[in-house]
Amino acid sequence: MTSLILRMAFLLLLALPAWAQEKDYAATLPGLAGGFGEIAGAVERLGALGDPRALPVLQALQEGKLLKAGDGHVLVPRGAGYADAATGAPADPAGAEPVRLNNRVRQALRGALGRLQLVSPDAVERGAAAEAIFRSRSAEDVPLLQAAIGREQDAGVRARLELALAAAQLVAPDDSVKRDAIARLGAAGTVEARALLLEARAAAPALAGPIEAAIARIDQSLAIRRAAETLFQGLSLGSVLLLAALGLAVTFGVMGVINMAHGEFVMLGAYATFAVQELCRGIPWLAPWSLPLSVPAAFLVTAACGALLERGLIRHLYGRPLETLLMTFGVGMIIQQAVRLAFGAQNREVISPSWMQGTITLPGGVAVTQNRLWIIVFGLLVLALVFAAIRLTRFGLEMRAVVQNRRIAATMGIRTGRVDAMTFAFGSGLAGMAGVALSQIDNVSPNLGTGYIIDSFMVVVFGGVGSLAGTLVGALTLGVVNKMLEPYAGAVLAKVFVLVAIMLFIQRRPKGLFALKGRAAES
Amino acid sequence: MSNDRFTLTRRAALAGLGAAIAPLAAPAIRPAFAQGAPIKIGVLHSLSGTMAISETALRDTVLMMVEWINGKGGLLGRKVEAVVVDPASNWPLFAEKARELLQVHKVDVTFGCWTSVSRKSVLPVFEELNGLLFYPVQYEGEEESKNIFYTGAAPNQQAIPAVEYLMSDDGGEAKRIALLGTDYVYPRTTNRILRGFLNSKGIGDADIMEEYTPFGHSDWQGIVARVKRFASEGKKTAIVSTINGDANVPFYRELGNQGIKAEDIPCVAFSVGEEELAGIDTKPLVGHLAAWNYFMSIKGAPNEEFLKLWRAYIKNPKRVTNDPMEATYTGFRMWTQAVEKAKTTKVDEVRKAMIGQKLMAPCGYEEEMLPNHHLSKPVFIGEVQGDGQFNIVWKTPNAVKAENWSPFIPENANRKK
Repeated sequence: MTSLILRMAFLLLLALPAWAQEKDYAATLPGLAGGFGEIAGAVERLGALGDPRALPVLQALQEGKLLKAGDGHVLVPRGAGYADAATGAPADPAGAEPVRLNNRVRQALRGALGRLQLVSPDAVERGAAAEAIFRSRSAEDVPLLQAAIGREQDAGVRARLELALAAAQLVAPDDSVKRDAIARLGAAGTVEARALLLEARAAAPALAGPIEAAIARIDQSLAIRRAAETLFQGLSLGSVLLLAALGLAVTFGVMGVINMAHGEFVMLGAYATFAVQELCRGIPWLAPWSLPLSVPAAFLVTAACGALLERGLIRHLYGRPLETLLMTFGVGMIIQQAVRLAFGAQNREVISPSWMQGTITLPGGVAVTQNRLWIIVFGLLVLALVFAAIRLTRFGLEMRAVVQNRRIAATMGIRTGRVDAMTFAFGSGLAGMAGVALSQIDNVSPNLGTGYIIDSFMVVVFGGVGSLAGTLVGALTLGVVNKMLEPYAGAVLAKVFVLVAIMLFIQRRPKGLFALKGRAAES
Repeated sequence: MSNDRFTLTRRAALAGLGAAIAPLAAPAIRPAFAQGAPIKIGVLHSLSGTMAISETALRDTVLMMVEWINGKGGLLGRKVEAVVVDPASNWPLFAEKARELLQVHKVDVTFGCWTSVSRKSVLPVFEELNGLLFYPVQYEGEEESKNIFYTGAAPNQQAIPAVEYLMSDDGGEAKRIALLGTDYVYPRTTNRILRGFLNSKGIGDADIMEEYTPFGHSDWQGIVARVKRFASEGKKTAIVSTINGDANVPFYRELGNQGIKAEDIPCVAFSVGEEELAGIDTKPLVGHLAAWNYFMSIKGAPNEEFLKLWRAYIKNPKRVTNDPMEATYTGFRMWTQAVEKAKTTKVDEVRKAMIGQKLMAPCGYEEEMLPNHHLSKPVFIGEVQGDGQFNIVWKTPNAVKAENWSPFIPENANRKK
């Protein structure tokens, strides 16, 4: 309550001749019922007036809840009903239409709301307000920002306010203030600051010298940041490749089965994610956990499908790679069509939880998108899981024994058929887990898998068949190289270059990066 | 998909049965379709594969119109029958299926194709066998076949007005344009025209960025980051997207994740309509734009009639209408008008009767078939809303005549008008 009083008191202070403002406020409102140009003008004036009554009006406008009546009156929602924005009297919304927005109005609105929210008790809102003023800057904001900086306790918000102040001072008439602002914007080193400086250079050629220096400084820090961001993008693409290829590293790398339906298992994993999300939708406390829950669910579903495929079909074709290839290709098409019949040809939407949306800025100013960051983490976790399963469990030991020498393993009492089924199920389950991750960045459609099958084989062959380390290094290398080439060659050609490079590499080293050595590998 | 064909034949069988018993029940039942074999309409839209998402709705639209015309007593007193085939998003198969429609089924007219590559594939077949094709999708122009009527927009009815809007006061006075597209003929040709147009408006090549991605591209982080960088040169920047198909979903998601707001860098799309938005959460996209010649949200009696017809046919309140569906509807109605005028379905005579046909289209304007086989159409710019619909923020005062040969392609300068 006190903060509200403070806020109002401050706004009244801003609006010193309050009585004159009273009239201005009422006179400005009808502009909101006009065309887009008039609305934008009215919004700007409302923001500059600093009348506390403007805040709910502008907020309603932003949410699309502001109504205009036929006679030019503007109605704001209040409680369950509506009130006339000018008089505050209850009003009948019948026949009134919502005030429409376009991007020009939104821009004006952002600046105006920013000005009014600078006194908000909420630090997040104040930070957003600073950002808004930074983008819409005008010389009139300078005293407002200086006052806000004087009051600010939160260091993060203060830094953003100071940047906004520099932006506002850049358009101020005083040249010495401008020079100071230029230096501070140069120190900020952001892309947005660079855009502002370039704009200022076009407006004031006299200041070209200091502006050039500031831009050079920004470019220097941006270059490092960009390199880091490209590396991140490469690692992110690499982690997607890694996830898609890990299952194949088991079924193809360890067992030697060419499973062309691998992509379809990935797709099944994505649909399992969708199914879990739909099941959780009805239970409010479970809904935010639907994505983590999807991981075991997708694993189990695809592992079961994998076991079925291995026991039902593949085991009859061991040692006949060509037939296996054709058969699994057919199975892949059957799975695709079955999913299309069950879920429809339209894409399904898997909602990203809030912790996977947006960007976070790492220390040093490197901006990374959260969904990609989580997928890198997830990829490494799955890799660790595979490593542990193969190296540390009895199942892994039996699996390696069967691969090295099936007959001796059988004489030792290992049920080789069961181990085969479990290994294949494990590899398929990994594909399902990859599907969970892909549902966050790609379209969940019946053709999801076809886009990844070639890439997965590429990674496994490049890294070295049968080598987990090879799969990891191969996936990450391909990701980073691809992303480094992309700015120069474009997305299409970059992929072509990578493919050609792999072909040349395989010519020289047919066994890939990490070739297995020893008798088992020779046979 | 085969299900529909079954229903069709069953429906046809029932109708045949009805005709057979009609004389028995003589005065009670008036035979609806007095004489002559049924008029056959070919439907050449992909019902499987990557384009099924968009084209299935067009198949439904044609079937709806067939039901509509039969409900009115048929055409020239004859029953109208649809022959549906599935070219499966496979471009060479389009040509084979077109040949099948013309030679085996002997259809009188065909409604079909979405991508330009499929149209290019069937064009020689329709010319060789003198068939008639109605193509309902906006495209890059640079084509004029006597056997095709183009009921979608030419570049001057969509792409150029949209970019003009971005450069206007209301659109944000963009001075730098990023052209992003899928890598095939439509985006590349459209962007070539746009580049010519921008150059003529004083926007140099340094202020134009052009990037292409494969169909179904999902990793947009690098490209969106480059657009951001491109926008940091101190000039207002906008994106013009000719990205096609479901690659749009991860593209818009990446725009949202990297915090690109419509107020800062607006993105206008030429291939994203109500149907494409149906599977996306549009809240982060509010304010981004699309340019079309029809939006479902248009008010007025012609659109209400269209929506009523669609809802009654499809019986699913969630299904939306979009621009290519409207173009199919308009093309179908103009064709029936032309057949009635020519009093025959013979291709050569219908073609003559088509020119100058007028219709009050669902977009709320009167459209006219021009001698260049294209329509005059109004242009609308719509903003994406939170509910997946569009709010119209700009429109042309009148219907615009199609220029299928763009003046911004230098080779067209010598072409006779």
